[in-house]
Amino acid sequence: MKPPAFEYLAATSLEQAVAALADDEAKVLAGGQSLVPMLNFRLLAPSILVDITRIPGLDFVEGDGDGGLRIGALTRHYTLETSALVQTDFPVLSAAMNHVAHLAIRNRGTIGGSLCHGDPAAELPGLALLLNAQLKTTQRTIAATDFFASALSTILAEDEILTEITLPALPPRTGWGFEEFARRSGDFALAAVGATVSLSGEEVSEARIVVIGAHDTPLRLSAAEALLTSRSGIAAAAKAAQDQVSPSDDLHGSADYRRHLVGVLTRRALTAAWQRAEGSAP
Amino acid sequence: MIRVTVNGVTSEHEVEARLLLADFLRHSLGLTGTHVGCEQGVCGACTVLLNGDSVRACLCFAVQADGGEIETVESLGTVDDLHPLQKAFQEHHALQCGFCTPGMLMTGIDLLRKYPLATDAEIREGLSGNLCRCTGYEHLVQAIRSAVEARNES
Repeated sequence: MKPPAFEYLAATSLEQAVAALADDEAKVLAGGQSLVPMLNFRLLAPSILVDITRIPGLDFVEGDGDGGLRIGALTRHYTLETSALVQTDFPVLSAAMNHVAHLAIRNRGTIGGSLCHGDPAAELPGLALLLNAQLKTTQRTIAATDFFASALSTILAEDEILTEITLPALPPRTGWGFEEFARRSGDFALAAVGATVSLSGEEVSEARIVVIGAHDTPLRLSAAEALLTSRSGIAAAAKAAQDQVSPSDDLHGSADYRRHLVGVLTRRALTAAWQRAEGSAP
Repeated sequence: MIRVTVNGVTSEHEVEARLLLADFLRHSLGLTGTHVGCEQGVCGACTVLLNGDSVRACLCFAVQADGGEIETVESLGTVDDLHPLQKAFQEHHALQCGFCTPGMLMTGIDLLRKYPLATDAEIREGLSGNLCRCTGYEHLVQAIRSAVEARNES
């Protein structure tokens, strides 16, 4: 279908955009790769779309000088996918970007837009959680763990705009794994698991596991993370991951199948992360 | 009022905010080479280049293209003088009904510019966002592969 009629503002500053969002029925338009399909389906009928893509200074990927990364909210997926900085410092993010939709969507879609859309089956919200991202808005800084309220819903206020994502440096000797299962390349995940394992001597100093597509938000699996004290703990952690999620049934897969997938993907992601942390895999 | 350069021609148009870029190209400019399939970003038939990058013209409003350069399938070649990628499609029988072809071609152009496409798996991955209802995928992969070889030789 065609979208319903709306007013359109190409904002040139954040102040102008925030002021326009005072209208209750206003929506922010960034890359539009999730919003425009919803408009075409007439699932939404905003009074005004506030296009923020012409606001300067929000499209960048930079090191923070401390091994971390600063990403402007209007950075396109393709920029992140091909960023040498990301490939070097956050290879798990590069790996996940390869699963994001298709080139034409990645050319257009923005990092901030994906986070604010908050699709629980999308890669970026999950990666924000895995990498302990801090999300800077026009009002405050929010930890990724607090950001996602439920499916397609965040704690952002109506007139609040995400401007920057910061990823703190990963600890030394951190390995990573990212495993996704989708019916078709580029489709939303039936389930995906991202993991990092950080070693200190022979000990695990930190393990992180995030599951995507098997809950109403991306989910950090703290119970499973705590079980990973040695390599032999991978099986137990995978089992705990499977028990901790509550996926839904739909025509693409049953809840039981998705739960099973989470277990298998967790085991694979942790195994890969462990091997990389030990330096036995690239 | 928007000002766009489409296939090298710059013009100004009064458009409604909700007019999709795909409909602007087809209805306002008469460039019906860009096909409209699903209108939800899934089929890829409406893929065009905006400022050099492939985009779904059904997921972009004409107003968002203001000041931009657009290339559609009409920019590639003519019946008598096919673009090398069109030639590759012809030689490898990479189209049947032709509905998906404009999107496949414009996607192919961007893939060839951006990715090594060293394996058939990479080509398939690159084309996975474009649906062919005739399911002639094998020939599409062959056409892109021959274009990759030509690119790598030049």
